[in-house]
Amino acid sequence: MTAFEPKIITFLCNWCSYGAADLAGVSRFQYPTNMRIIRVPCSGRISPKMILHAIRNGADGVWVSGCHPGDCHYLEGNYYARRKFALLKQLLEYTGLEPGRLQFSWISSAEGVKFADVACRVIDEIKQLGPATHLIKTLVEVA
Amino acid sequence: MNSRAQLINQTIKQISKKILEQGRVDGVIGFRQGSCGYMTEPYMAKTSEAADALIFDCNCRMNLVTYLTHRTDRAGTDKVGIVVKGCDSRNLVTHIIENKIKRDQLYIIGVPCTGLADKNALIAAAGTNILSIEDDGKTLFITTETGTKKIPKADVLQSNCRTCIRKNPVIYDELAGPLVAELEIKARFSDVDKIEAMAAVEKQALFDGLLSECIRCYACRNACPLCYCPTCFVDESRPQWVGKTCEAVDVATYHILRAFHDAGRCTDCGACEAACPLDIKMRIFTRKTIKDCVENYGWEAGMDEKLRPALDHFRLNDPQAFIR
Repeated sequence: MTAFEPKIITFLCNWCSYGAADLAGVSRFQYPTNMRIIRVPCSGRISPKMILHAIRNGADGVWVSGCHPGDCHYLEGNYYARRKFALLKQLLEYTGLEPGRLQFSWISSAEGVKFADVACRVIDEIKQLGPATHLIKTLVEVA
Repeated sequence: MNSRAQLINQTIKQISKKILEQGRVDGVIGFRQGSCGYMTEPYMAKTSEAADALIFDCNCRMNLVTYLTHRTDRAGTDKVGIVVKGCDSRNLVTHIIENKIKRDQLYIIGVPCTGLADKNALIAAAGTNILSIEDDGKTLFITTETGTKKIPKADVLQSNCRTCIRKNPVIYDELAGPLVAELEIKARFSDVDKIEAMAAVEKQALFDGLLSECIRCYACRNACPLCYCPTCFVDESRPQWVGKTCEAVDVATYHILRAFHDAGRCTDCGACEAACPLDIKMRIFTRKTIKDCVENYGWEAGMDEKLRPALDHFRLNDPQAFIR
């Protein structure tokens, strides 16, 4: 049997973390290929619905990354996001999501090295957890 | 028989009649006796005579602030009188902060609350059909077909009333009775702490069991004054964030997202649980968000008209140990 390869949905903010992913790629930094990147305008755009939607459709993990506090392109989007993320992560882990399935980071567009490093660690942690079993939709969806 | 309850009932009627006669409000939203002895129903008194039906007792489990949203008659300019308990008044503050209604549109009749009675505990205590209940603040006199039973109110309190941090109204124009002493609560979130200490699989089993009865009737949503979105996320279809089935994941998603929407706004009034036809204890979700807001941001919803709610506000040094 082949080793478990998780599928991880990664939300990256357009201005920092997506740039960091770009830089990591251009710089030929190596990291595993378990991520599916979705570009969002700002980490403040992330709604809990999106994260739950990813999980319910079978993602083994979700990783959200934005600009460092103080560096938000929209000045304060990530400050609001930080409160949302804190409450959401605590609520989801309280209701039975394994700690580690939901990951957050701040990565600036100059931090290609950090991006590759965090990507490796996020993927590794989710690999350790094994395939997701909680909050996954199994019935076929109609209409 | 009991002077405090009579005083509150009389005062609510007097104030309502006065403000209706003076034309200061178009109507007074209050409670009147329901068809069962242990239930009340929401009631809008529009005339001085109609105000005679208004009452207040330990069965006023609904949060009347719910009826301030979705007003269509001259919304924005109408004036409404409303009867509120301590927790409901905190929802009024939240409504004012969220621009759902203006303070000067309201005439608030505040009731210092001595707690509500859990309807199931009442039925169990009475043992038979309840005809009426009198509440003097400490003791309940339950009249059944076989006579009147006297039970301490503390035995049948709703669980949210046991950890209530605000019995007296935060804002009011007039009080319907003397202020009461606030509770001193030890281990306010002991129920939440207990779940937090569990392993992930135990938590999953616990919440699966808790929600297994849920039929997704949305009574908890409709009873909640915070749930006023024009289109609720459960009704959105493209994309469909929450499935329409009663599969465990759909039910859990609904309850988790509802709790998240109430984060930093919930006042733990207990209207959701009181409305649930299957007696699901869904406050265990919202209580987690209340605890997190208190611990992370020192925030209690609805205590001050001048403060922005927890998720509409930030500090530069908010906790972020969970972010890499």
